Amino acid sequence: MTTTAAPAPHARNKENHRSALLQELLIPVLAVVTGLILGAIVILASGENPLRAYGALFAGSFGAPGDLIEGIQSYAATGETRLLLRAIYPITESLVTATPYIFAGLSVALGFRCGLFNIGAEGQFFIGALCSAFAGYSLTGLPMILHLPLAILAGALGGAVWGMIPGYLKARFGAHEVVNTIMMNWIAFRLSDWLLNGPMKSSGFRPVTPNVLASAEMPRFFPDPLRFNLSFFLALLAAYLVYWFLFKTTLGFEIRSVGANPDAAKYAGMNIIRNFVLVMFLAVGLAGLAGSAQVLGVDHWVGQGFSAGYGFDAIAIALLGKSHPAGVVLAALLFGLLRSGATDMQSIARIPIDIISIIQGMVIIFIAAPDIIRWLYRIRTKKAEDTVLTRGWGK
Amino acid sequence: MKTTNRKIISESEKRQRVYFGVTLIVIGLLIYLIFGLNTPAGAMATFGLNLSGAHAFEVPDLVLPAQTGIYAMATIAVFAGAYQLARGTRSTGWLTGILAFTFVVSFLLWAAQDKSFSLTGMLSSSVVRATPIVLAALCGVISERAAVINIGIEGIMLMAAQIAVITATLSGNLYVGLLSAILIGGLIAALHAYLVIRFKVDQTVSSVAINIFGAGATAFISSRFMQSAGDTLNNSGTFPIISIPLLSKIPVLGPVLFENNLVVYLAIVLVIAMHILLYYTPWGLRTRAVGEHPKAADTLGVNVYLTRYVNVILGGMIAGLGGAYFTIGSVGRFDEAMTAGKGFIGLAAMIFGNWNPIGAYASSLIFGFADSLQVKLQILRIPIPSEFLLMAPYIVTMIILTGVVGRATPPAADGQPYEK
Repeated sequence: MTTTAAPAPHARNKENHRSALLQELLIPVLAVVTGLILGAIVILASGENPLRAYGALFAGSFGAPGDLIEGIQSYAATGETRLLLRAIYPITESLVTATPYIFAGLSVALGFRCGLFNIGAEGQFFIGALCSAFAGYSLTGLPMILHLPLAILAGALGGAVWGMIPGYLKARFGAHEVVNTIMMNWIAFRLSDWLLNGPMKSSGFRPVTPNVLASAEMPRFFPDPLRFNLSFFLALLAAYLVYWFLFKTTLGFEIRSVGANPDAAKYAGMNIIRNFVLVMFLAVGLAGLAGSAQVLGVDHWVGQGFSAGYGFDAIAIALLGKSHPAGVVLAALLFGLLRSGATDMQSIARIPIDIISIIQGMVIIFIAAPDIIRWLYRIRTKKAEDTVLTRGWGK
Repeated sequence: MKTTNRKIISESEKRQRVYFGVTLIVIGLLIYLIFGLNTPAGAMATFGLNLSGAHAFEVPDLVLPAQTGIYAMATIAVFAGAYQLARGTRSTGWLTGILAFTFVVSFLLWAAQDKSFSLTGMLSSSVVRATPIVLAALCGVISERAAVINIGIEGIMLMAAQIAVITATLSGNLYVGLLSAILIGGLIAALHAYLVIRFKVDQTVSSVAINIFGAGATAFISSRFMQSAGDTLNNSGTFPIISIPLLSKIPVLGPVLFENNLVVYLAIVLVIAMHILLYYTPWGLRTRAVGEHPKAADTLGVNVYLTRYVNVILGGMIAGLGGAYFTIGSVGRFDEAMTAGKGFIGLAAMIFGNWNPIGAYASSLIFGFADSLQVKLQILRIPIPSEFLLMAPYIVTMIILTGVVGRATPPAADGQPYEK
């Protein structure tokens, strides 16, 4: 079961490859640009200056260039790092925000590759975070080398087990995973309400978990308040592993076959049920890791409303990244920049952070309907084959 | 040939017989162990049959010995299970009914021991709570009968709910709010239809985009305009309760069905109208043909695209009405994410109701019942954390989707774009 491409002249092949890559990138880039333009119109309609808003968005996501130059000068002159650190704070925050997005986007992308539409990353994220937090504060006396991996593993496993339920229900009964994963989101929220007010409540008044122990925290690379930590690199590693798994292993090939055509895959002797359950297990494990990255790397505790919006963001990221791990990383970085910058936009330009969701909805439509973008910008390209994502109420 | 055929059927039938029989017996034993043993012998459960302020004739309350009732339910379940194992009946509907009935009744007897529990109040709130669910389900039915999946009902309802309260507050007229909710629902559904019919966008993806957009847009408008404006934008009042003369005087049934507000009545009327339209008119026949076999319908001169556009937009208008229920039909103000998954529960009701309006209403009532039960039980202070009771509707949805309780068949062409 190997796929072989027809051998072509070397140089020609390379050129084709490059133009194909450009084409691949063209539609997503234009979709994002169009989304931002439409977002500007919304901002304008709500009575604010879009340039001011997007200026705040840029400064909040990348940092002000002037600050950076000043910081470097001050560091070169006196060896003083304070200004430099302040200048790089926005960009590191963006990377911190992007980290869970990479994991969650990979989770949804992996599902897409197998024809599963996992819309419940939000609840799975929460479950993963709660499991990691539990392992982080309840296991005491362990050295970091043991405690941190255990806490990460707890998040991944907790999420994975949570995700096997809709995977199994889909495979065994044909129950549509879109509705089921959403139902499980609500169940996860209620469950966490109960856990945070009861068994997992810290000693204070607020419904939050106790802080995880220092031995379960992801190591940070800069002094406070910079929160950039190891989990970003773990996310990149995860992206590479997903790439390797999907495109370099037999099991990955099977999963992609099931996604492309379940009937054909079945006739070729592949086990559909096993693949569905396996993909949900891995995919939701990744969503759980998104939760552990956030709790072990950034917050160190879990409270109510912890995972707001991650599920839908993850879908947008997977679609934007065309379900390819590299694309997912790029899309997640973009979302990290947008979300992190939007906080500044909210405080400086008084534009609610929800504008990002509006832009996201539009970007998803443009990605899903590339014909609109082709029509808008008069692009004449041959139609790339679109991957089928879902099939009705499942079989 | 014939004998082998019969053998296969009896094999699978036997398995189902055993499955249902064992489940019934297990439930019977559980009823005895969980509820029976935890209820003292002399405890009485009082079920109120009169609603205060209702127009109905008063009837005496139902007072039942709790423990005896629970034992009776356990016996019925075990007996039905044993009968099913020994003889077997074909109707899984009846068995599911017995299963649910015995479990729910004994649960209520246990929860209401030594207390008074308003049965009529709960049934009445079940009908009210079923309203947005059935409207979402009807939206699903009408679109999917024409083979267009719409998972964006949640987003449509959210936006309609917000528009309804804003326009109703600004104009001071609730009907303006109702109309704009219906219009915005139709508009967004038209966008969905355009994307999936003209551009052949994946129907689930387009719907999800509508959900994301709806959540974002309503939150944006809410925090940008409504919070600072306070009552000037977000206080519409609600439709008044209309008592239907004579009918509302019937004990129990009167307050439950005939003392409601406009949106609830509209939902009931729509269920009946949709049933008639779907099964007894040329439009219904065309719709079903487009959903089952668009090519054949096209050959016979039915305009497949037009039918789909019309149905999806009509569905969106019904979902818009469902959205109006949340604000001007019940609380009179908008809160972020107030639909709380009702759009998706509506889809589950549609599936459980086998893509048929009456069935969808019946299953919406079950969800409404689960929802109001959960609220009533919190008031009764039973020793189960309220968070777990709140999970009930979602868990019921998942169980129903598995199809173990009656398998549903979607329209044959559901979700597939049509190409000439």
